[in-house]
Amino acid sequence: MNVNQLLQQFQATGVQTCFHGRHIAPQIYAGLDGTNWRLKDYEARGGYQALRKILGQDGGEGMTPDQVIAEVKTSALRGRGGAGFPTGLKWSFMPRQFPGQKYLVCNSDEGEPGTCKDRDILMYNPHIVIEGMAIAAYAMGVSVGYNYIHGEIFQVYERFEEALQEARAAGYLGENILGSGFSFQLYAHHGFGAYICGEETALLESLEGKKGQPRFKPPFPASYGLYGKPTTINNTETFAAVPWIIRHGGQAYLEMGKPNNGGTKIFSVSGDVERPGNYEIPLGTPFAKLLELAGGVRGGQRLKAVIPGGSSAPVLPADIMMDLTMDYDSIAKAGSMLGSGAVIVMDETRCMVKALQRLSYFYMHESCGQCTPCREGTGWLWRVVDRIERGLGRAEDLALLDNVAENIMGRTICALGDAAAMPVRGMIKHFRHEFEYHVEHKTCMVPAYV
Amino acid sequence: MSTETAAVQPLALSEATLARFAREVAKYPADQRQSAVMACLAIIQQEYGWVSPAAELAVANYLGMAPIAVHEVTTFYNMYNQQPVGRFKLNVCTNLPCQLRDGAKALQYLADKLGVAPGGTTADGLFTLQASECLGACADAPVMLVNDRHMCSFMSDERLDQLIDGLRAAAQEGQA
Ligand SMILES: NC(=O)C1=CN([C@@H]2O[C@H](COP(=O)(O)OP(=O)(O)OC[C@H]3O[C@@H](n4cnc5c(N)ncnc54)[C@H](O)[C@@H]3O)[C@@H](O)[C@H]2O)C=CC1
Ligand SMILES: Cc1cc2nc3c(=O)[nH]c(=O)nc-3n(C[C@H](O)[C@H](O)[C@H](O)COP(=O)(O)O)c2cc1C
Ligand code: SF4
Ligand code: FES
Repeated sequence: MNVNQLLQQFQATGVQTCFHGRHIAPQIYAGLDGTNWRLKDYEARGGYQALRKILGQDGGEGMTPDQVIAEVKTSALRGRGGAGFPTGLKWSFMPRQFPGQKYLVCNSDEGEPGTCKDRDILMYNPHIVIEGMAIAAYAMGVSVGYNYIHGEIFQVYERFEEALQEARAAGYLGENILGSGFSFQLYAHHGFGAYICGEETALLESLEGKKGQPRFKPPFPASYGLYGKPTTINNTETFAAVPWIIRHGGQAYLEMGKPNNGGTKIFSVSGDVERPGNYEIPLGTPFAKLLELAGGVRGGQRLKAVIPGGSSAPVLPADIMMDLTMDYDSIAKAGSMLGSGAVIVMDETRCMVKALQRLSYFYMHESCGQCTPCREGTGWLWRVVDRIERGLGRAEDLALLDNVAENIMGRTICALGDAAAMPVRGMIKHFRHEFEYHVEHKTCMVPAYV
Repeated sequence: MSTETAAVQPLALSEATLARFAREVAKYPADQRQSAVMACLAIIQQEYGWVSPAAELAVANYLGMAPIAVHEVTTFYNMYNQQPVGRFKLNVCTNLPCQLRDGAKALQYLADKLGVAPGGTTADGLFTLQASECLGACADAPVMLVNDRHMCSFMSDERLDQLIDGLRAAAQEGQA
């Protein structure tokens, strides 16, 4: 056996993470089995009908760009990359009558610890992203796009390249799409290991062939983006939601979720559950239901804490979490955020100091070093949490952590600084006694930690 | 670095490599060849195992970039090997979601099995072992990336044994 064949045997198949049949009313993951990712399969599921519809194919009237944007606004689709910004509104920021080139970019740099949903979309349903991007390009009058794919998932990059070939050959991409006069070229670009490149302006720098260091915002990409040109960036899952909205209408999408939180959302559930994986469910579904879909807490243990939106989101204790519904507004009201939809579950044997130690190391490692509060602050946070974990903490350390976190927040170029600081404050707020116990007793409150 | 590169001659690239470069460059506007730098360096790494100063210079010449601008890219992104590595580079994710499902244990298991500390390369030059940050496959923990391009999922100790033994055997048969 050669090396490639051998390695293939260890490749994920999607059975556990995506084809477990435990989604609720899925739109993006509906009907997938791992083999049916090709163009003909996608068309058999109704794929590319939304694109045909707006272009006035099959005897229809077509839709104007304004009508497409209005439909997306009605749907209350919000950015699935983490910030939850209304997608229709963002699309309407793109200058209409711009004389030069404009760009469309898909953010598939998924690197937020806990998040692996975009990988499964691109691997098992790549054409839904291509169709969503083509519709977006039509709505904003853009003729060139890029999909920036996380460097570590190279097989996904290769799969997407193959899907692009199919779409070009079938006339869904390229010059004069389906004879409509609308043209859109789409290319795949891969990263090579830098979390910060998921931040949209760092991603643009990286696409330009530079170090991925974020730019000041404003100007937002809509006015100064790729190569300095007007650019719209959306997350993979955001684009993947668009074909359904166009086919079934924005109102139907909105009604799937709850007001201001339209549609379904994919949650990547990791950590102490029986079945880690991606679960696509309507926004507004109770957390308890999501936990049940994922098989409940592993080994019959009790739930201790959940990080509900990727490692940048503040932790919430079990009792608060069990009362929440999974949507942007409800989680924000509880003092955390829905973020990228990565739900990290921890059972009662877990030590919160140790969990925070690992996360703080990550943010220190990934800081791009441009701003002093982030570069120095993330180092401080890690060193202090690390010494508390190792039993060398001092009485004043908790106040110090709070102070360093406060001095990072709102004082940096990009949100990575906040992402490092917020989890620290969340942990200390909800699990202060554990940190105090560590400092006082030089050891862990939950020695069973594994 | 700069004094070193001054003496370096650019690596001579094969027709096949140049053809792969050209496919990447074609994705970008004609005046934005630099956008292909990450892809070109990744191709270099796949073919030569690492990105040497000579390779950086060749890429710089090909794309019309300053060599230092290429070097900045090599050093900024985590996955470029700035030194030669073993025939198989193993990156095990140890970030929190993976740590909760034995990611750190998998790293330790490999370290013990291969007799090399994380960051090191085995004496036979076959394996380089590294801890890594989130690979974007968290639900599959423990996960490991082999040679930048192959994600290996659900790596229990038994599967790690199978994989390492398989790679060793393939290397011995000259299939690697
Ligand atoms: N998916 C992942 O792997 C990760 C996601 N994140 C998430 O990223 C979030 C932060 O992202 P940011 O881009 O910094 O948030 P942001 O709030 O600055 O921007 C969100 C989006 O809305 C646009 N926007 C906002 N205000 C605008 C205005 N006035 N005019 C025009 N456009 C405007 C931005 O261009 C951007 O596309 C965090 O909440 C976190 O959850 C963080 C790390 C990784
Ligand atoms: C440090 C950092 C990393 C980010 N990583 C990602 C990412 O991997 N994927 C993503 O879609 N958005 C990421 N974002 C958010 C993007 O900046 C941006 O808000 C998003 O791509 C916009 O798309 P959306 O409106 O469809 O969500 C990150 C933000 C920060 C601050
Ligand atoms: S906040 Fe951190 S990661 Fe963001 S630009 Fe500043 S130093 Fe870089
Ligand atoms: S945390 Fe390990 S792959 Fe994401």
